[in-house]
Amino acid sequence: MTSLLRKIEPLLVHLAVLVALAFALYPILWVLSTALSAGGLGAHSGAIPRPHDVTLDNFRTVVGTDRVGGTALFGRQVLSSIVVSLATAVVGVVIATPAAYALARFRFVGARTGERALLATQMFPAVASAVPLYLILDALHLLDTRLGLVLVYASTAVPFAIFQLRGAFETIPVDLEEAAMVDGATRGQAFVRVVLPAARPAIAVTALFCFMSAWNEFILAATLLSRESAFTLPVVLQRYVGEHDAAWGPFAAGAILVSLPVMIFFYVAQRQLVSGLTAGGVKG
Amino acid sequence: MRPRLWVLVLVALACALGLANTACEDITARTIVVWHAYRGDEERAIEELASRFEKAHPGTLVELLAVPFEAYPAKLEAAAPHGHGPDVFIDTHGRLGAYRREHVVAPTPPDVADPAQYDTIALDAVSEGGRLFAVPLSTKCVALYYDVDLLPEPPATLEDLVAAKLPEGTLPLAYEANSAYFHAALLSAFGGRLLDDHGAFAFDSDAGVRSLELVHELTAKHAIPAEPSGALVTQLFASKQAAAVIGGPWLRSDLGDKVRYRVAPLPKIARSGELMRPLLTVEGAMLTPHGATRPLAVDFVQFLGSKEAAIVLATVGHQVVARRDAWTDPALAGDPVLGAFHDAVRSSVPMSSSTRMQAAWVPANEAIEKALRGEDPRAALAEARRRFDDATKPPPPPSSPTPALVVLGLVLLAASIQIARRTRLADVKASLPAYRYTAHAVLVVLVLVVVPLLAGAATSLFAGSRDDMRYVGFANYVAILTARGGALLGHGSFYLTLLVTVLWTLLNVTLHVAIGVALGVLLSRPLLKLRAAYRALLVLPWAVPSYVTALAWKGMFHRQFGAVNALLGLVGVHPISWFSRFSTALTANVTTNVWLGFPFMMVVTIGALTSIPKEVLEAAEVDGATRWQRFWRVTLPLLRPALLPAVVLGGIWTFNMFNVVFLVSGGEPDGETDILVSEAYRWAFTRDAQYGYAAAYAVLIFGLLWLITRATRKWQGAGT
Repeated sequence: MTSLLRKIEPLLVHLAVLVALAFALYPILWVLSTALSAGGLGAHSGAIPRPHDVTLDNFRTVVGTDRVGGTALFGRQVLSSIVVSLATAVVGVVIATPAAYALARFRFVGARTGERALLATQMFPAVASAVPLYLILDALHLLDTRLGLVLVYASTAVPFAIFQLRGAFETIPVDLEEAAMVDGATRGQAFVRVVLPAARPAIAVTALFCFMSAWNEFILAATLLSRESAFTLPVVLQRYVGEHDAAWGPFAAGAILVSLPVMIFFYVAQRQLVSGLTAGGVKG
Repeated sequence: MRPRLWVLVLVALACALGLANTACEDITARTIVVWHAYRGDEERAIEELASRFEKAHPGTLVELLAVPFEAYPAKLEAAAPHGHGPDVFIDTHGRLGAYRREHVVAPTPPDVADPAQYDTIALDAVSEGGRLFAVPLSTKCVALYYDVDLLPEPPATLEDLVAAKLPEGTLPLAYEANSAYFHAALLSAFGGRLLDDHGAFAFDSDAGVRSLELVHELTAKHAIPAEPSGALVTQLFASKQAAAVIGGPWLRSDLGDKVRYRVAPLPKIARSGELMRPLLTVEGAMLTPHGATRPLAVDFVQFLGSKEAAIVLATVGHQVVARRDAWTDPALAGDPVLGAFHDAVRSSVPMSSSTRMQAAWVPANEAIEKALRGEDPRAALAEARRRFDDATKPPPPPSSPTPALVVLGLVLLAASIQIARRTRLADVKASLPAYRYTAHAVLVVLVLVVVPLLAGAATSLFAGSRDDMRYVGFANYVAILTARGGALLGHGSFYLTLLVTVLWTLLNVTLHVAIGVALGVLLSRPLLKLRAAYRALLVLPWAVPSYVTALAWKGMFHRQFGAVNALLGLVGVHPISWFSRFSTALTANVTTNVWLGFPFMMVVTIGALTSIPKEVLEAAEVDGATRWQRFWRVTLPLLRPALLPAVVLGGIWTFNMFNVVFLVSGGEPDGETDILVSEAYRWAFTRDAQYGYAAAYAVLIFGLLWLITRATRKWQGAGT
């Protein structure tokens, strides 16, 4: 009985994952078939997604081959998106990591209050805070700059990043740093050389989270940026939705294109997930 | 380690460079900034006009910015009052009321546009109190597209169209019957309208009842599709499943040359003997207060209103131009579709530009949905009127801010005394090293997160729209907590919506965690083949922009044409009308949101699992624990510290997840699936910009979440 179970177990695991994969990919096949259909039709046609009159026109529209200078503009917008999202990931992680470490390892005045305040910021729907944010960025001369946008994204992602990283730091044994400090390292050196490598999986997840929050955001980017070449991809895509109708074909094609870099980023980031503790040089 | 470090440094450098070159270019005196929301051919037309103007005025630069339609008013209202906006912007006359109130638009100088040269109906729409607020460029209203293979002649009446002989399975007509914008045409044929001249709700009339009875009849006879949407209407016409559709000029570019069609003004309704008169919107070039002071910007507006520009707008952008003398041009006279729309404009009714119009759409749509489902139209309209009146109630009287200020002062004083008493200098000194690690996080979060939120929260003590904000104390809170004087568990009341929100959050978080953790554990098995590929594919729901996928899900839940019913049909289940009942509509919303959210939990789980030392798991194996025991007793407790923040924050985010509800069910049926935060958004964006009221909702949501998390903490503390 158990030996049989052991034999078919890998099969069962694959089966379960494949079911999940079907659930995850089915709606995306609809998006893909819309993207490949002439006129972007095809959202409503039975159980199996299949494109009408297969064409790459929608992709061409998004990439801008039908406009003078359109491709160059799209290229700059792709670059803008990547720069903003990567910078958000870097800035977010750089800001959150030391703060999370302090919360995990030090006892200090205001720690509990700060922690609660961080949680509280996530509870407040941002329904009336767009105009104040606009005025603050204006006062800091960061309006209409990618730096301003990155700071806004990063600071919005920081609370989650801190909680996530603090949890990870708490699972790392204190002995590791203490051993390093006994060997003559300062607290800062122990943090950078010992703790950070050990927390790499969590840092990768946090970076992915910060990246994603910037990659898909549209309303702030559209409000704060006023040059077309600086627009991020969600703003570009959202332009296909008009007052009366939406150009679903190009929108779907753009959505597919937009998700490709995320998959690549994730594919690279997950190597960090696999390496884990041992890569940090921690043995016994 | 070394090479990786270099990569990091390079990435950081590249980012820095990318950010550095964004410093604002100097806006010279010869530059005009123009905002618009055009795309496709219309965008090409405005680009052509900009370059012609630049050629005619050497040294001038016309800087065009295409802003997404959904962000357009918000961006304009944030930028223009602070002098950052455009000089000229193009928008529909329907928003003029709001723009005048927010001081976004300035009157157009009288000599810019000669009234004799424009269609009177368009000119009237952009005038107010004898002053012009835009140069009218083009007009948009709906008309009848008919397939000439199926209908050789345009039908004389709607009844003729419905009775036309058509192949089996072809609908006579398709249009967005559930939208008040389209329904207004039917309403007008019975002599009714949505708003009267004084901005009061006028849909609840005999005309309204008769028009709703008609659409219900059409749906029941299967003369028009159920649960229509813009995409469905286009698709039915393009695939010859509908002989005629009601649509605007925008439909033209979607159809291409897939069908042979002609366009005619909307037909009469035989039973009333009157024409269907569609709503008219007029697009115009408007000047901001800043732009109105610049002669160059005024010149550009004058150029946009010229005959030359009108011909470009019509031939390149396929727009129904408002300039009269342009129609004598052979290029325009030879375009039958454009000509048909120009004819349709003559029998149209300009949409009200009153800010109260905004508050009328949602109640009107809800009444139409009810009638389509077969409910009594008279009761539905009476309820719609009640909701409109409630949303447009005059704001409460101003009250004195002194008591609140005194209370605030006392609270601050007490808090600082408390802090001063509890903290000792020695403790603070001992905390200094920790502050070195936290200072920058505190600074950034304080300036860019906390201050905007507090400013937002403070608006909850005010009422009215942005320019006549008045202090009203806690009146907004009182109104919300007393369900605005209605039944405590009545439609749209705070308490009923709260129950729905809690149910929504519990279902979502449970499923997110269950699916995410299960997949995370499975995908962390070291010997699993294709592990990396599985992982990368399973993050796709998170990676593809949710706007598109949420709408794909909505399409999949369509009763007649959706994939979900088609799949269920394969196993013999009858088609389900997903959005007509609370339980099924909530299921549709939850399914979509679970789909969107499980990859996040999965990634967090995988990350957390790799941090757990393998020795611990191996030790449990040696002890002879079964797999199941190992999962519950060892793996899960070890995952807890990393999963807990994700679960708590995931719960909070789901509580405030407005997008999915808005895009999938849109609150249907009758607002029952709305959650608290969608209510807040409705007050801010669809009910006459009542930001104070919306902010009070936000503060209450915050308070609730605070209490819930505190209670859970206490309860957890007692449990362990």
